[in-house]
Amino acid sequence: MELSLKRRKKTTIIPGFSLTFGYTMLYLSMIVLLPLSMIIVNTLSMSWSEFYETITHPRAVASYKLSFGTAFVAGLINVFFGTMIAWVLIRYEFPGRKIIDGLVDLPFALPTAVAGIALTTLYAPNGWIGQFFDFKISYTPLGIIIALTFIGLPFVVRTVQPVLQNLSKEVEEASASLGATRFQTFVKIILPELYPAMITGFSLAFSRALGEYGSVVFIAGNMPMKTEITPLIIMTKLEQYDYVGATAIAIVMLSGSFIILLFINFIQWRMNRKFYH
Amino acid sequence: MTKPLEVKQEVPVVTRTTSNSYSLKESATVKWSLITISFLYISLFLILPLISIFVTAFEKGWETYVASIVHPDALAAIKLTITVALIVVPLNAIFGIVAAWLITKFSFKGKNLLITLIDLPFAVSPVIAGLIFILLFGAQGLFGEWLFEHDIKIVFALPGIILATLFVTFPFIARELIPLMQTQGVTEEEASISLGASGLKTFLYVTLPNIKWGLLYGLILCNARAIGEFGAVSVVSGHIRGLTNTMPLHIEILYNEYQFTAAFAVASIMSVLAIITIIIKNIVSWKAKDV
Repeated sequence: MELSLKRRKKTTIIPGFSLTFGYTMLYLSMIVLLPLSMIIVNTLSMSWSEFYETITHPRAVASYKLSFGTAFVAGLINVFFGTMIAWVLIRYEFPGRKIIDGLVDLPFALPTAVAGIALTTLYAPNGWIGQFFDFKISYTPLGIIIALTFIGLPFVVRTVQPVLQNLSKEVEEASASLGATRFQTFVKIILPELYPAMITGFSLAFSRALGEYGSVVFIAGNMPMKTEITPLIIMTKLEQYDYVGATAIAIVMLSGSFIILLFINFIQWRMNRKFYH
Repeated sequence: MTKPLEVKQEVPVVTRTTSNSYSLKESATVKWSLITISFLYISLFLILPLISIFVTAFEKGWETYVASIVHPDALAAIKLTITVALIVVPLNAIFGIVAAWLITKFSFKGKNLLITLIDLPFAVSPVIAGLIFILLFGAQGLFGEWLFEHDIKIVFALPGIILATLFVTFPFIARELIPLMQTQGVTEEEASISLGASGLKTFLYVTLPNIKWGLLYGLILCNARAIGEFGAVSVVSGHIRGLTNTMPLHIEILYNEYQFTAAFAVASIMSVLAIITIIIKNIVSWKAKDV
């Protein structure tokens, strides 16, 4: 760091490098890095067989499938409807557009526990929406998907919206003047421009959904092997003072979400290369 | 070679005559179906839950509603939530400003890594965010024994709730300020410094007016998350009634005890706060566009 300190003094007159650098590092280490490193420290204290047994317990494995599966489905639903809502908000004028635009942020602003109890009551068998269905929605994986869809919607809308806003009209005009139908222009010209933003929105919504706890615990029903999400397994282990077990499951979750985010970054990088080079 | 040229010349002629049938817009049917579907989707997933909160809260009348809110446990939860927000938001705001200054005003090695590390809490489940503070300060934790000997309580007490909330809301303000200050560059600050202003003066009179809307935007989002955080706080709070229950935790307890009206009454206060947050956020982003 000393090397970079010296180099900076020669090229900028703005003060405060060492002060801001020191404070940023100290605060980051205290609040984020040191606490997070505890996960690794605690895992290292486990024996391999103990670790393996904990993370491959049938109940844990069922929860991975449920958490990753529901987060994935909710992400896909959000990419479809989120892109559509972004399109409608940017391209069309209609009464109430501003209100809808503002409401999209509701899942960011509304506490997850509040969203959780509201959605559970709505989709319960005797709830406002649940009563119209012959099958159960609350207390099933379907309910989990609904809660995660609620949480993830603004991520997709807010990443696609600015891209759509800045899209130049010339390409569309060129496509139309060469005889393409509106549908062809949309699928072949507009949509490819939106893919990177859609994938970013998906990955943000997905990683948020994977770790989501507040809105899901109420609607999930929390039945072991059936509707028990991975964060809940961690919670249960903590309540039983099984800190080591909780840490092992946490490691699986963290690695899982990092691998998926890396994979999505890779796809995005490939797509950027394909479209812009 | 000549034939394609002829064809090309013909194209504008053809299109000019039929310029109205240019397919640059969707048909009215497509347009209004898309609007209707979006509207239904938003109604079903966002508006209806919001309405249901208020309807359920007032189901048993105004008196029950007021009674649920002035209940000592509810008031203690409200007080705790406000305390946590008042401590967490300023701390993360100071960090956000300092980190954004560091990242946007200087160039140094490892800057991208630093930005990634700042974003890290977004990728961590709230439950794991709570877990790491238990591992540090819990009874079996790294500092557990030392804290016990010195009779200091962190986990299952206010400090633990504050730490977990700090972690979860850590990136909000920095993330808002970094891109904003990146586009504004360093020229104005350099001018101010070379004219003899101190670093602090430069920040207060040059930088701050430029970033005030972005900062306010970050503060609002950070505050909304700080008062609404559930998972992380749930892990470290210990659920002690009247002492370590924040508003979301109080809602959970009431709901699990089948006191739905009371749960939704407290939830309705939080929903009003959420609506105010959205309104301020929209005003701020509208103001920011004007400047």
